[in-house]
Amino acid sequence: MAQPMLDHPTLPRVKAAFSDVRFLATEFRGQTTLVVPKDQLHQVLRFLRDDPECDYNFLSDVTGVDYLGYPAKQPGRFAVVYLLVSHARGRRLTVKTYLDPTIDTSGIDPDPALEVDSATDIWPGAEWREREVYDMFGIRFRNHPDLRRILTWKDYPAHPLRKDYPLRGRGERETYRIVERDQA
Amino acid sequence: MGIETALPAEGFLTTQLQRVINWSRRSAVWPMPFATACCGIELMATATSRFDLARFGAEVFRFSPRQADLLIVAGRVAVKMLPVLQRIYLQMTEPKWVISMGACASTGGVFDTYAVVQGVDQFIPVDVYVPGCPPRPEQLIEGIMAIQRIIDRDNIPYDDQGKRIPLQIAIQPNYQPRRQPMEVSIGAT
Repeated sequence: MAQPMLDHPTLPRVKAAFSDVRFLATEFRGQTTLVVPKDQLHQVLRFLRDDPECDYNFLSDVTGVDYLGYPAKQPGRFAVVYLLVSHARGRRLTVKTYLDPTIDTSGIDPDPALEVDSATDIWPGAEWREREVYDMFGIRFRNHPDLRRILTWKDYPAHPLRKDYPLRGRGERETYRIVERDQA
Repeated sequence: MGIETALPAEGFLTTQLQRVINWSRRSAVWPMPFATACCGIELMATATSRFDLARFGAEVFRFSPRQADLLIVAGRVAVKMLPVLQRIYLQMTEPKWVISMGACASTGGVFDTYAVVQGVDQFIPVDVYVPGCPPRPEQLIEGIMAIQRIIDRDNIPYDDQGKRIPLQIAIQPNYQPRRQPMEVSIGAT
């Protein structure tokens, strides 16, 4: 397997600006991923947008990953992924941060370890994307203006894209009010 | 339709009132399309001139449940969509009938996941199931004609139950698929 080519021009710029932070980076087929510790994520994202050499003015997507059962060892169970685009420089960069849960992941109880700072103050478009990550993975975003579920309904008792959640659910699709013929 | 020649000169015809009511109801079914997926496209095709649902008196699609008497559930229904479907059903005026169109509305289809209802008949009454993924327009017409047969019998005294219960009729496929692969011909077809 070819070695990753860490020649993305943003990487030395970020390393110079945050000399005391330990970054990891990977590259696959020309797409570079920068792995940031979760406490520095918000500062790094703000730097990537505001620095004139980086100039990532567009947030393409925010997603989550659950690495439970992943064949290769990963630095954490969950990851939050920010996909950035710079229209002025014609570049893309993936910024990722890993999170490890401290409590049982089958419920919906808030886990202080599954929290990162929201990027809605940097890119307002992050609002619905982060709501989706919260809905599907239960990763909470601090200072998010409206952190509600976006795809599943309000009282949904789980975060369904977690790998320990069964595909067919735990009976949520069967338990609902039944309208009979003589009610109408 | 030829009945005029059989009538006497005075133009009177003796029948039951209930049969006249049923005849007028089944000749003017107003469907409410609850189209959530690709079955809705086939539902629209059924209303076009090629298949011409108007031949059976059911072409007046009403997007208000209060003006419709036939609910056609076309497509998969997520649990988040279920209160909408139930409310639309409750808002429809009596008498009303329900067609579950396609594999997803009837059984959940290939969407065997946590958020998709595995058959809307678990949560609302269904009269006719039309199979297919999606069903051909002919098959949907067959389903609507089954509803019309139900309406024809409705309230004609043939049992002691006063209240109509969902009949749960499943339409059988009404066409033969062509044998594949087909012979290749060149020139005029």
